[in-house]
Formats: sequence, structure tokens, C-alpha cells
Amino acid sequence: MADALHQAFDPLATGSRRRQLGARTIVYAILVVFSLVYLSPILIILMNTFRPLDEIVRDGFISFPKSVSLEYWIEAWGSFCIGGTCEGVSRYFTNTILMTVPATVLSTAFGLVNGYILSKWRFRGDGWIFGLITLGVFLPAQMTLLPWAFVLGKLGLSNTIAGLVLVHTVQGISFTTLFCRNYFVSVPDDLIKAARIDGAGFWRIFRRIMLPLSPPILIVCVIWQFTGIWNEFLFGTVFTSGGNQPITAAIVAFSGSGTGERHYNVEAASVIFAALPPLFIYLIGGKYFVRGLTSGAVK
Amino acid sequence: MSSLEISNLRKSYGSVEVLKDINLSAESGEFVALVGPSGCGKSTLLSIIAGLESITSGEVRIEDKLVNDEAPKDRDIAMVFQSYALYPTMTVRENMTFGMECRNVPKTEQAEAIDRVAELLQIGHLLDRKPGQLSGGQRQRVAMGRALVRDPKLFLFDEPLSNLDAKLRIEMRTEIKKLHKNVGKTMVYVTHDQIEAMTLATRIAVMHKGVLQQYDTPNAIYETPANLFVAGFMGSPNMNFLSGRVVSTGGKASVRLDGTGITLPLDGVRCGAPADGQEVILGVRPEHFSPAHEQRAERKGKVSVKVPVAIDMEEPTGAETILMTRIGGHEAIIVCEPDEAPRPGETMEFAIDMAKVSLFDPKSEARL
Repeated sequence: MADALHQAFDPLATGSRRRQLGARTIVYAILVVFSLVYLSPILIILMNTFRPLDEIVRDGFISFPKSVSLEYWIEAWGSFCIGGTCEGVSRYFTNTILMTVPATVLSTAFGLVNGYILSKWRFRGDGWIFGLITLGVFLPAQMTLLPWAFVLGKLGLSNTIAGLVLVHTVQGISFTTLFCRNYFVSVPDDLIKAARIDGAGFWRIFRRIMLPLSPPILIVCVIWQFTGIWNEFLFGTVFTSGGNQPITAAIVAFSGSGTGERHYNVEAASVIFAALPPLFIYLIGGKYFVRGLTSGAVK
Repeated sequence: MSSLEISNLRKSYGSVEVLKDINLSAESGEFVALVGPSGCGKSTLLSIIAGLESITSGEVRIEDKLVNDEAPKDRDIAMVFQSYALYPTMTVRENMTFGMECRNVPKTEQAEAIDRVAELLQIGHLLDRKPGQLSGGQRQRVAMGRALVRDPKLFLFDEPLSNLDAKLRIEMRTEIKKLHKNVGKTMVYVTHDQIEAMTLATRIAVMHKGVLQQYDTPNAIYETPANLFVAGFMGSPNMNFLSGRVVSTGGKASVRLDGTGITLPLDGVRCGAPADGQEVILGVRPEHFSPAHEQRAERKGKVSVKVPVAIDMEEPTGAETILMTRIGGHEAIIVCEPDEAPRPGETMEFAIDMAKVSLFDPKSEARL
């Protein structure tokens, strides 16, 4: 019913047949070109994960596989030597999960509560607090490196995954607070008033009224945080080393210290491993992501 | 026992005073309507009674208990919002039990309360729906149901009918009146619609610019408005205001309308003794004009004064015809029966029922 009422606006719905056809051709041609530009790196990497090393050396990096083998995937996961250890990317993959999942959950949870307070329990100076929190959104990560190094050192969390969880949680709260506050502002104040008269307190209103309304923004926060933290590289390289590194920092070793022969196929497979989870999250949640970011923008 | 007592209440936002020295009390079981144009402070006053807004100075008592600093949940009130404020993710049943759940009412008691209210409001078949699946009228009922299940001391209504279409609004108005009769609880009802206030309330509080203008029964407010604002706000079409000057001849006072030779003797007018030469505003409601030959006032033993009226335009509504007219140079609106209505362009004698006329001081705007 709602879909029938909200037909997408079609600017080419009228006009001559030729104009329609011509305009459509141009639009699709441009779209195809850009899709190729964005997709080709992934495609090239993916193809190289299946090719034996000698074939890559012989035919060059950009070429279709003549034979297909999954053994490089297995090697990349379990036995490839990275940065001195020969356990493949599995160890670093686990590190990243141990870092990303708690940091995503914590930063999202704090963002929800912050947003709830800053939109529905206004107090003197709340605008300033909101401004200061969201300042973090615009602060370059490089600027925070030294302070964080100092804090992590004091807390004894240098070169630990817990340290990275702390950094990413705090850094992420800026974003999640911004998202949640702006989303909750559109929830009518009357709901809160009604609940207060009904006898509900701060947490009951949050749990029973705000949280059930939150899925759209919850998905935005989770996707944003998960992909952001997973792909983050700077903090990982600076604050951890050796076996404690997240996967993004670990696979950088490929480009650096040349230990003789380069295993392009295994390295490609490792890169795919590193890229899969954010890709997966985006594929299942992308639809809601776009919807959540624009919700409230158009009534 | 008074159910609600507000004394010397003031409310300021910074340097802006939105409520100025409000005194108001409601007996148990009364239906008080707070009425006034938007921005008059009526909704703020309701929020203060509910405990959603703080008080700058003064006192609010509910059943003789000072509640100035009590949280909304401890005041034992229920409120119906203009937007209904139904919790969108809960079913109708959950919406209604939420308040009891917060107060740890046992489940069996909750179920009994739901049954009772669902029958009263005929919303039994809606209990498992979400608010989004209800029509405007159904939402309105559910919002009232949510207020009713808890059996509070005081019901607060914040313009509950203004989101409904005209026909439904009149239906629900009757329902609310019935409801008040059935449950017999004290209700405070905010509206900008003077007809809603007139039809529902046992007493009306007319507010303007943060000041309580008059607090009285609907009849008293309509018949003897305390000042020009109340006189103009209550009643539709508006009361006519004719400016004039008091002239005394032989001990008898009359009013000469400005710019005309028309004088209206003040016999039978409920007012004090105005001084000779005093400027006054004569307030006459449109329905207190009647065709002169009918002698409507005289047949009831009252006094009327005849004035010549020039008809400019007419607006037939079916039940009555509204005439846009001039009396001397003064514009006046007259309501009369359709078959008695003169044609536009004609001049006809109308009688003013002097017992119903109000006199105001143009400077202080107060009733004389």
C-alpha cells in the first residue's frame, strides 16, 4: 500500500521515445563504467587467490586464472608466515574480532544512552556537551596518537587488544552519539511525558520506549562502527606489535620487509580474509544503513 | 473537598512571565476547561499541574496535598495528549498496562482493569493492534483508555480533539461528556475551542496573556463576561462592540452611539450607574437582536430598544442566517431565523434585548 503511494519519481516518464532511450543509455553507460572502476580491484585480487605463483609471474598480475586452486586460501588462513610467526592470518583475524566486536557493542551502547540523554533529558549546557562530544568526529586520528599512547601506557594497556578496544570505544562514541542524538530528537517528547506520568523512570523509558524505536539507528551505528574499527589501521600499527596486531596492521608486513620471494596468491587471499567481514556486514545491512542515515531527512 | 487548588501561581522562562498570579480551584468531580488563544499559557498551566514543568512561585495542591516538588508519577494523575502519545512499538493492551506495570500492579488486576475500560470505551477488539494500525478516532479512544485504567485522582486533557476531523470531534466531545458523567472524576481540559469549553465544562477558566481573565460557569461566562477579551473570545459569531457615550436626561441614563443620533436607554441593563458623559462600549451578542415587530423581549416582560439596521451581506448556514450589517456607522453581526432574514441592501428595524447587553469601560476593558 505504502509502496504504491510512494512511486519513485521518474524524470524521464514523459518525452519522445528517442529522448527516453538516449537518456537511459547515457545513464546506464556512466553507471557501468563507474561500477567497473570500483569492482576491478576486488576482482583482480580475487582471481589471483586462485592462481599458482608461477602463473602469476609468467602472465602478470592482471590476467584470468588458467587453473583454480583453493590451497592458497588454506595456506593464508593457517600456515603462512607473517611478521615472524607462521600461523597465517587466522591469529590476526581473531585479534581483530576480539577488538571489533566489544568496541562496536560498547560504543553503540554508550552512543544510544548519550543520544537519549542529550535529546530527551535536556539540561543546562547540554548543547555544549553535545558539541564537545561530536568534536571527536572532526578530529584527525593522528592528533590523538600521542595522548592515547600516554593513556594506554599509564593504564598498562600498551600492546594489548583491550587497549585498542578502549581507544576505539572512546573514539567511536563521538559518531554514535551524533547519530543517536539526531535520531532520537525526532521521537516526540510527548511519549516521554506520557511515560513519566505513567510512572516510568529514566531506564524504563529507555528500555521500553526508546530502544524498541531504535533499530534503524542501531543498524547504522553497528555498520559504521564495525566497518570503521575493522578497517582501522593507524591505531593498530602504532599501539600493538607482533602477535597482538589486528589483521589490517599485520598484512602490511607484505609490502615491507622483503624476505625473498613474494607469494602474491597467498597474500591476495589474506587480503580477502581481511576484507570479508565488513563486506558481509554491509551486504546484509546496507539497505537499512542507507535508510537509517536518511530517516527523518524527508518526512 | 477541593480536588485541585492552585494559588498565586507564577511561571517565568528567564525574564518572560508566562503565567501571572493564577488562582484556581476545582471541586471533586468538576470538569474545568482552560480556554484561551494559543500562547495564553493554558498548556503550560496543565503541564505544571501534571508536574512536567516546574513552578516559579506559588502552590499546587491535589486533594489538599502540596505537590509543588512531586514527580509526575507521584501525583496520581493521568493525561491525554493532543498527539495521543501512544507508545508506537507496543500493542494497545501494552499501552494501557504500561502505567500499571510501572506501579507493580498484579497481572490479574491489570487484566480486570483492561476489561473494564475496554468495555467502557468499546475498544475490546483493538487490544492486540499497534497504534499505527488504528484510525484517528480509535487512537483517541485508546489514549483515553490508557488514562482511565489507572483510576487516578485527576484527569488532564491537552486539546485531545484537535487532531480529529470536524464530525468526529463532535462525536468524541459527547463521549467525553458521557465519560465524565460515568466516572465522576475531576477533569482539567485544555482547549482553544470555546464551544468545546462551553459544552463540556462545569466551570471555564478563560486565559489571556498568562492572566486568568474569568473563572465561572459556562452560562455566567457567556452572559456576564468579565471584560472585553472574554466577551470577544467566547461565543460565535463574535459579540458586537458598539462604542458610545452615556447621556443622562431626567435621571435616566442612556447610551448614544458614537457618530449617530441613536440613543439606547439603559433600562433593564445589568450594570452599575455609569456617570454622565462616560465613554462606554456596548456589547451585544448577535442572537440578541430580533426583528422589531416580533417583540420577543416584551413577551417575556423584558425591555428592548429598536434600532435601524442596514443589511450589507448575508451568510445562510441553514439553521440560521448570519447578517453583516451597519447600525449608524457601526458594523454589527446579527443572527436571525432564515425566513425572517431581510435582503442585503434593505434597512430594517431590529430590537436589542437590553437584559442581555453588557457594558464595558473602553480604557480598562472591564465590565461596568
